[in-house]
Amino acid sequence: MNAIYIARGTKLAGRKLKNQMIIMTARDSVLSSLNELGTAIWDAADGVTPLVEIVDKKVCAEYSVDRAEALKDAEEFVQDLASDGILIVSDKPIATSPDGNERTRMKLFESTQGERS
Amino acid sequence: MGSLMQELNQTALDNGLPISVQLDVTYRCNERCVHCYLDHDDHGEMTTAEIKDVLDQVADAGVFFLTLSGGEVLMRMDFFEILEHARALLFDVKIKTNAFMIREKEADRIRDLGVRTVQVSIYSHRAEVHDAITKLPGSLKRSIAGIRLLQSRGVKVIIANVLMRQNLNDYSGVKELAQELGAEYTIDPTITPKMDGDRSILPLGIESTDLRQVFRNPDLVGNVEEFCAPPSPPNDDVMDETACSAGHTACYISPYGELFPCVQFPLPSGNVRTQKFIDIWNNSAQLNDVRSIRARDLPVCSTCSHVGTCTRCPGLAYMEGSMRGPSTQDCEKSFARTGIASANMLLKASRRVMPALVQIAGLAQ
Repeated sequence: MNAIYIARGTKLAGRKLKNQMIIMTARDSVLSSLNELGTAIWDAADGVTPLVEIVDKKVCAEYSVDRAEALKDAEEFVQDLASDGILIVSDKPIATSPDGNERTRMKLFESTQGERS
Repeated sequence: MGSLMQELNQTALDNGLPISVQLDVTYRCNERCVHCYLDHDDHGEMTTAEIKDVLDQVADAGVFFLTLSGGEVLMRMDFFEILEHARALLFDVKIKTNAFMIREKEADRIRDLGVRTVQVSIYSHRAEVHDAITKLPGSLKRSIAGIRLLQSRGVKVIIANVLMRQNLNDYSGVKELAQELGAEYTIDPTITPKMDGDRSILPLGIESTDLRQVFRNPDLVGNVEEFCAPPSPPNDDVMDETACSAGHTACYISPYGELFPCVQFPLPSGNVRTQKFIDIWNNSAQLNDVRSIRARDLPVCSTCSHVGTCTRCPGLAYMEGSMRGPSTQDCEKSFARTGIASANMLLKASRRVMPALVQIAGLAQ
């Protein structure tokens, strides 16, 4: 399987509030929140660390979860965020990791909400 | 408001966190709007470095929503440097501008920097009316051109229409203009006193009878019957409510570093030039005083039938004499909506007739 790299999108606003990341997209004014785990992945989205390494360090090392299942959910999660412009996903390292944004929704670690503001 | 936004506001309120800040980067302006509440001279604005430092502090405090306003923000040569810094800190940025100086290059940068909303004041769809209010010939044409440039780049624009006597008959035209431009439209019939308390511009506001008509226009207020319904009797929850977000989850910072609860609430609460933002936010006696006020603490308004539905602005009340007092302009709005006089209006009316009654009684004896 090819490695997946993730970086934060550029046209987003984000702030951590009580361990929860809140994100607003400039494109469509969708407000979203990331749960603790989603926030951890967001924080680690530096464009050069493979997603599998992020899952190992931020998910599997902290929670009692099946690694294959966690990785599958994480991949769906980042693809979902990428479709909203919140993350940039690539099979190659992403040279620049601009200021970003986020949102959430992992099956294992529930939390999403997306709403127009 | 959506549930996530409500949850966000509630979390901020419960934890005493600031979540919204308006920062006026300058009071200088290229327009001279007849109703403006500002002194446009530069009395020593914060430097670029000072503003960047304030933004760093405000971000650290947890503020998410940042409004950059003025004056006209583009009067500052360093505005895009400030904006770039703000976006690097991941603020959700709204810019208030008259858009006069927005050309291709400025529109490109606003788009590229991920600004979510730009609010532009438009007073009329007719140049002779708009330009007479701004006192800047050609301003409507230039503002519309600026809006078009932003819209064509996918930047969300809100047209804000302040309603006053000069443009009373033009709000439908401005709304149609907004639709044609693909912009959102908001209307505000409130003329506020100047920051120094000067109330000489208040007569520019529209008459009560005209306000009543505005409030019965379904294109503006939606469900008229609901909007103009008589107030329900207040319950305990209503009496425990605070007025608005000013000082609770939001505040305002002037170009000189002064911190107020809101741009419309000029209660000096600290200065970020000499104090840390978070220290002012957490410890200001003035902000804590504002935060302590509940509806039941308002001497006149707590007795008013409108207490649960009134848009009472504590800032306007403050400029009228007491932040715990009534805001007459909001009393007039409640009256225009419902036809029911506020406690403040009744009190003033009774005071007006009292001297005559005393005099009559004296003559009778």
